[in-house]
Amino acid sequence: MEDTGKAYWSAVLGLLTKVLAIWFVVSFGAGILFAEALNNIKLGGYPLGFWFAHQGSIYIFIGLIFYYAKAMNKLDRKFDVHE
Amino acid sequence: MDLQTMTYLVVGASFALYIGIAIWARAGSTSEFYAAGGSVHPVTNGMATAADWMSAASFISMAGLISNMGYGGGLFLMGWTGGYVLLACLLAPYLRKFGKFTVPQFIGDRFYSKTASTVAVVCLLTASITYIIGQMTGVGVAFSRFLGVSNEMGIYIGMGIVFAYAVFGGMKGITYTQVAQYVVLILAYTVPAIFISLQLTGNPIPQLGLGSNMVGTDVTLLQKLDQVVVDLGFGKYTTTTAGSTLNMFVYTLSLMIGTAGLPHVIMRFFTVPKVEDARYSAGWALVFIAILYTTAPAVAAMAKMNLIRTVTPGVVMQGVDPYTAESQIKFDERPDWMKRWEKTGLLKFEDKNGDGRIQYYNDKTKNEAAKAKMDEAGWKGNELTVNADIIVLANPEIALLPNWVIALVAAGGLAAALSTAAGLLMAISAAVSHDLVKGIFKPDISESGELMAGKISMAIAIVIAGYLGLNPPGFAAGTVALAFGIAASSLFPAIMMGIFSKKMNKEGAVAGMLAGLFITLFYVFAHKGIFFIKGTDFLPMIGGANSFFGITPEAFGAVGALVNFIVAFVVDKMTKEPPEHIQALVESVRIPRGAKAVDGAH
Repeated sequence: MEDTGKAYWSAVLGLLTKVLAIWFVVSFGAGILFAEALNNIKLGGYPLGFWFAHQGSIYIFIGLIFYYAKAMNKLDRKFDVHE
Repeated sequence: MDLQTMTYLVVGASFALYIGIAIWARAGSTSEFYAAGGSVHPVTNGMATAADWMSAASFISMAGLISNMGYGGGLFLMGWTGGYVLLACLLAPYLRKFGKFTVPQFIGDRFYSKTASTVAVVCLLTASITYIIGQMTGVGVAFSRFLGVSNEMGIYIGMGIVFAYAVFGGMKGITYTQVAQYVVLILAYTVPAIFISLQLTGNPIPQLGLGSNMVGTDVTLLQKLDQVVVDLGFGKYTTTTAGSTLNMFVYTLSLMIGTAGLPHVIMRFFTVPKVEDARYSAGWALVFIAILYTTAPAVAAMAKMNLIRTVTPGVVMQGVDPYTAESQIKFDERPDWMKRWEKTGLLKFEDKNGDGRIQYYNDKTKNEAAKAKMDEAGWKGNELTVNADIIVLANPEIALLPNWVIALVAAGGLAAALSTAAGLLMAISAAVSHDLVKGIFKPDISESGELMAGKISMAIAIVIAGYLGLNPPGFAAGTVALAFGIAASSLFPAIMMGIFSKKMNKEGAVAGMLAGLFITLFYVFAHKGIFFIKGTDFLPMIGGANSFFGITPEAFGAVGALVNFIVAFVVDKMTKEPPEHIQALVESVRIPRGAKAVDGAH
């Protein structure tokens, strides 16, 4: 049980790292730090950096949470710690 | 039907609905009162969370702020939504597994210390009470603008309505009224936006309209807006940042962790049946929030365009030179909605160069070419002052939409303010009755006694909130920043370390919370005065305004959080490990199995 617990937790932390990396890249990366460079690319009538700051990062946040919830469910079952 | 009657009808109907729900959803036990019996469906909870979260500021002020700030306004959009990713991944499911009613109870139990839970209660009360002042003034504003009653009367009516469903229904009543309020506020926000997007771009979906061409041209709306605002001396809409890039970065981060640390939002996740539901529920909350938050930037840009089109009609649609006198409308020929809003003082015209026409531009521009042309045209300064709140409130009138849309906006603004106020009152009353009365002063209180204590503290909280709404302290404007700063710098790091660091002990946690809180308050008070009292600011002592790498006080919460983490880990290393049973508690919080319905047992 002790070992399962450890393995489960490190799998959870691995998933978290992935999710938070994307969270960081779309908002702070594409929306702020690299927005100026990305503005040279157009998405329809949107400059891309502006789109990430005003629209895109929000859509990606939603996708991220549902992806995370699904992946956590899988982990819970794999390590047999689900409710 | 005239506008006034229509508004009374729509607002009255929405209030009748809220009271009906209050009668249906009375709370009979502490579990129903604090956590709606732990039986709320994750989608329902998501909707209630969205209403709880989106305050008068989100509904009324945010689009106006973005309209003025342009690209930099994105920090509100990313900051207030990105927090939900943190909430879903780092906090909500674990706190749900812990299975208690309040945030201070988690902090107190995890750090085996009454000091820790007391510090958490103080942080919670300060954050929630400062936040609620803004909601109450929002209720007053919405009433006086739309229903023609006095500000005071509006606040009394608002207090009465909240009293009806919050005191009798507790979390259960609040949850189901918030669902109804969400529906009202989201319709009120999106319907005018759809009309306006259609008018300007021919695309009914505002999120797509913002990226489309202007009707009948092959120029995109954003290109046109960039060009028009630059001609008028404003910064380019799609690239102007909020202060430096670093400030925008830190500001966004502060809003994100502040959002994740706000107790009235966290509490909502105690109402779902399972840990799994807490994760999905955060996702649903963000879906419902995003409907408004992705519409807001479209409203912001389109309202700016409409405003400029109103005062200089040819410039937007026909590309007329904005510096010729004929391009600006005559003051005497201004549209009716401007006359209506002049009465409220939110819109002001002053004919500085005496030509009878309205010149709306940025007279402090650093754009030399534009400035030369403005001087040549004989402009003597900006003549039109527009309060940011008008962007949403007058939006339907600017676009000449029918009366029922205007009435709907009034009901929506009230729904946004009332739902947030109720959520905050719930957090306040739970902290008082559960953490202070039961947790500290009278641990042997019976369940019915605690339920009564909860209802009484809720009633008292409503009266205090109403009083503060009627007599807003001078610092009302700075309060939201303060609430986020406190949540970000004290509560968020403490909860996070409680879950993710098994070895974090009480000394570390308490020292961290106090250090984070202190440094944040210190920086904010240096700019705005001690407890926002005028004349007590001490800027020279910290080396001038925004002296910490150009970071504004509103953006400082993230720095406070960093200090909290550092101090906590340093103190933790110097003091002894937490006891064995606490480490076992952390292990058990980390796995979903064994989650039970929330209860209040200590």
